[in-house]
Amino acid sequence: MISILKEMLSYPFLVRALVVGVLVSLCAALLGVSLVLKRYSMIGDGLSHVGFGALAIATALNLAPLAVAIPVVVLAAFLLLRLSQSGKLKGDAAIALLSSSALAIGVMTVSLTSGMNTDVNNYMFGSILSLSEADMRLSIVVSIAVLALFVLCYPRIFAVTFDETFSKATGVKTEAYNMLIALLTALTIVLGMRMMGALLISSLVIFPALTAMRVCRTFRSVTVCAAVVSVVCFLLGMVLSYAFETPSGASVVVVDLLVFLVFCAVGRVRRAA
Amino acid sequence: MALITCKDVCLGYDGQAVLQDVNFEVCRGDLLCIVGENGSGKSTLIKGLLGLKAPLSGSITLGDGLKHTEIGYLPQQTELQRDFPASVMEVGLSGRLNGMHGRPFYSKADRAAALENLERMGVEDLKNQSYQALSGGQQQRVLLARALCATKKLLLLDEPVTGLDPVATGELYNLIKLINLCNNITVIMVTHDIEAALRYSTKVLHLGKTQLFFGATEAYKKSDPARRFLGGRKL
Repeated sequence: MISILKEMLSYPFLVRALVVGVLVSLCAALLGVSLVLKRYSMIGDGLSHVGFGALAIATALNLAPLAVAIPVVVLAAFLLLRLSQSGKLKGDAAIALLSSSALAIGVMTVSLTSGMNTDVNNYMFGSILSLSEADMRLSIVVSIAVLALFVLCYPRIFAVTFDETFSKATGVKTEAYNMLIALLTALTIVLGMRMMGALLISSLVIFPALTAMRVCRTFRSVTVCAAVVSVVCFLLGMVLSYAFETPSGASVVVVDLLVFLVFCAVGRVRRAA
Repeated sequence: MALITCKDVCLGYDGQAVLQDVNFEVCRGDLLCIVGENGSGKSTLIKGLLGLKAPLSGSITLGDGLKHTEIGYLPQQTELQRDFPASVMEVGLSGRLNGMHGRPFYSKADRAAALENLERMGVEDLKNQSYQALSGGQQQRVLLARALCATKKLLLLDEPVTGLDPVATGELYNLIKLINLCNNITVIMVTHDIEAALRYSTKVLHLGKTQLFFGATEAYKKSDPARRFLGGRKL
């Protein structure tokens, strides 16, 4: 495995993919803990579909993909948050509505312009070849910003996740922190989407948190465990993808699934003991 | 000076009043029970007292240097909280957030205060335990410790004993009374449990879309609203 990793590091495009991937996995895992606990898991899924639509339109108009996708997905994140909180449209229904609409618009755009080609396939299922030098720099900057904000707001994110009413009553600006979480999630999804694929990126958000919760019982241990699991699974998935020439996104998700099952078993055994 | 003064308060949603003409005062050391049937406006009044909802008319004034954000609030428990991965200490500490004023992390003083309040509630041994593994009574004590972390003057408890067995219920009421008497912390408690309200409170506020009664508990026992609320039972 180490030798395969070494071999992988000799390709510059793989180095870029690994750097971006590790950072995005870390961000996704941290935010995922809060999202899963707030029952917002599907927001990640919805946002990735919106991202797909935005990428398709950006390609059709010959614009820089990230420059279009980031603002559109951030906007969608705020909209979803609003919808879930207003209670007029139920949160899960609102997300399903938005995500399938965005997917449909993306597919329509693609078939009216370039047709279904490898590009589209890459958007849907991910490709590590899609990352340019500029993408990597942007990804590093954004990921570090996400990580820094998460760490600085950690006690407040805990409070808002655990008990929104109490936090609000004691003067924590819960709306602002919900917006912050939505914003950071949107950024993370857009960054990770092109490598993992629009259909698979949400697993990066959901799996590590769920896996960690099988075994860990405090917020801090869940957060740390999720971060570690996320990065390790990503690296294992990439090695798998390299060794068997399988798509990177799917390989990572398969590793995530296996680790989840192992943690489930460990959790069971522990509770029985 | 009163900690809270409500004058002709009218609260509601979208301009539609659900609670009208509320006039009462909470003074230092009181243990005020707010009683009333479902839909009588108790929860709405709590939102008003916490400053989460502005009155449609009238005024809610805080005295004695109290701020809305310095009320130790114990919300009704939700399903979401019960299976949340958090340690007892993490929950307790989160009560200190209102004193952090932009500081990003907890200080030693925050930890000491959280520990002290867990100790007061008799759950300091559980500080590294997982909140979700505790019994209902222990969980409420942890949340009470968190509420104490957030205040020096006033606790606001919303249905604190819901879902507890009789023993845990009695213990929690005793703890609340103890905090009230020994730590000189004023308590406002919303409850369905009229018997407990009469036993532990010093004052009662009875709501039913409007204010049906406000005054000392002894006077309440002889009043008409109490008799109707108890369905004619003898006290």
